[in-house]
Amino acid sequence: MSAGLIKSALLSLLFFVVLVGAWHLATLPKGERAPAPDEYAKLLGKGAKKSAGFPTPAQIGETIVKNLSEPFYDRGPNDKGVGIQLAHSLGRVGLGYLLAIVLAVPLGFVIGMSPLIYRALDPFIQVLKPISPLAWMPIALYTIKDSSISGVFVIFICSAWPMLINTAYGVAAVRSDWLNVAKTLEVKSLRRAFKVILPAAAPTILTGMRISMGIAWLVIVAAEMLVGGTGIGYFVWNEWNNLNLANVIFAILTIGVVGMALDLAIGRLQKLVTYVE
Amino acid sequence: MAFLEIQDLKKTYPAPNGKTVTVFEGVNFAVERGEFVCIIGHSGCGKTTILNVLAGLDTASSGVVVMDNREVAGPSLERGVVFQGHALMPWLSVMKNIAFAVKSKWPQWNAIQTQTHCQKFIDLVGLTGAEHKKPAELSGGMKQRVGIARAFAIQPKMLLLDEPFGALDALTRGTIQDELLAIVQATHQTVFMITHDVDEAILLADKILLMSNGPRAAIAEIVENTMPRGRTRHDVHHDPQYYRIRNHLVDFLINRSRQMQSGAAGARPTTVRPGLAAPGDAPARAAANVINLKH
Repeated sequence: MSAGLIKSALLSLLFFVVLVGAWHLATLPKGERAPAPDEYAKLLGKGAKKSAGFPTPAQIGETIVKNLSEPFYDRGPNDKGVGIQLAHSLGRVGLGYLLAIVLAVPLGFVIGMSPLIYRALDPFIQVLKPISPLAWMPIALYTIKDSSISGVFVIFICSAWPMLINTAYGVAAVRSDWLNVAKTLEVKSLRRAFKVILPAAAPTILTGMRISMGIAWLVIVAAEMLVGGTGIGYFVWNEWNNLNLANVIFAILTIGVVGMALDLAIGRLQKLVTYVE
Repeated sequence: MAFLEIQDLKKTYPAPNGKTVTVFEGVNFAVERGEFVCIIGHSGCGKTTILNVLAGLDTASSGVVVMDNREVAGPSLERGVVFQGHALMPWLSVMKNIAFAVKSKWPQWNAIQTQTHCQKFIDLVGLTGAEHKKPAELSGGMKQRVGIARAFAIQPKMLLLDEPFGALDALTRGTIQDELLAIVQATHQTVFMITHDVDEAILLADKILLMSNGPRAAIAEIVENTMPRGRTRHDVHHDPQYYRIRNHLVDFLINRSRQMQSGAAGARPTTVRPGLAAPGDAPARAAANVINLKH
């Protein structure tokens, strides 16, 4: 590891310590209250031991350990392990995202190849693109009549645009030199599409897919809060209703870490297809 | 009929003011099988357009190109092109760039046949050992060598080179010129090449086409290289003919290319042999050759 890397890691650690320290100080119990009578404490049960208000870092640590030690438990509809919730969310995102790839990338290819189709479809794209994916939710619920599949649909809608636009752009921007090479070699159109245009446009397409994944992961949380049932978004909402802020914070951290992992995975893929000119 | 016949070629573009701009017209020339022809002219005279028409990448507004008794209509594997900016695919290695071309020509070949064939041409341009490098890892000269190898590898009937050495430094350019000359003479390849470099044209070409300035450019003259084949960069300038030809070309580029415009359509450009008795206006040519140019 280079000296620069060590320095930046140390600095990161310092920031982390400062942040957690500040948090700890901010959430210290304020003053000693007169202890409640024993009978009263018994009535309240364990709850009395918990300090009221925002959880301390130590409590969050406890929550993380507790949740991660048993991620896949299932005790009824409102009490499932975070692993199960995440699996639901990832399943919806994966399905909607895959659907978006299957439809948007080939369509983007066609749009990129044909200026005519590009101009014909452009007004539709311009109008549909800025619509919040959640605005589709009522339509999706009404037509699909299934909350889980509606979630998939919303993911599909929000992932499709960046992929579509980036694919079209990438395909349209393929250097004419390379296309001319293919022409002089009498390369057939299918081979040209897969051997010249696709590799040439792949970095741009992957950029679109990376943006899409980011948006999809943002949207799934909101969508699941809205429709409920399962998923990490629903988990956040449910814990809020339970007034369990420690679990909410844990869920937020989980969402962040998983989002980062997804981004890194696509970033890795992107590196594979990137070329230096 | 010659191997390649260009008859009455004309290219026009619509101008913004509604009129049409004629880039060149009345372009007539012929290339014999095995001949090396260079075309020289100032920027904007339409050299690249002519080459693209020969390649089938562009269409002329009127006129025909006939190669080997067939009209050229669209690109073909019979004509290999070396592009100005090498046009290698940056995501493919040297070997795979060439293999892409080879597989286009002989799709029925298996992997070993394709690789052996590619290797032969990689060795030919002196890139042995760089087979698995990506274009970004190569120098400008090496990239252009790959471009040349790719064009030769499909063994076209005719090779078209669009200023292939324009972006290279003088030293590299000299080396690759020698290599190209050696390959062309060994394979008896018919070549049509655009260049800006007078010395390059004299070294490589059997025939040099001089284009007048655009718009309405035309082939003004065809200069025959009267020096014997087998010229090399090291001895070509010892031949007294060298300076006569060189002066003639430089004089054309500096003075006469401006004055001439648009040969009458259908007319054949005159063939001149600088320094030697040429049919027609020999005294005038001789006078032109005396002009001392500081180069």
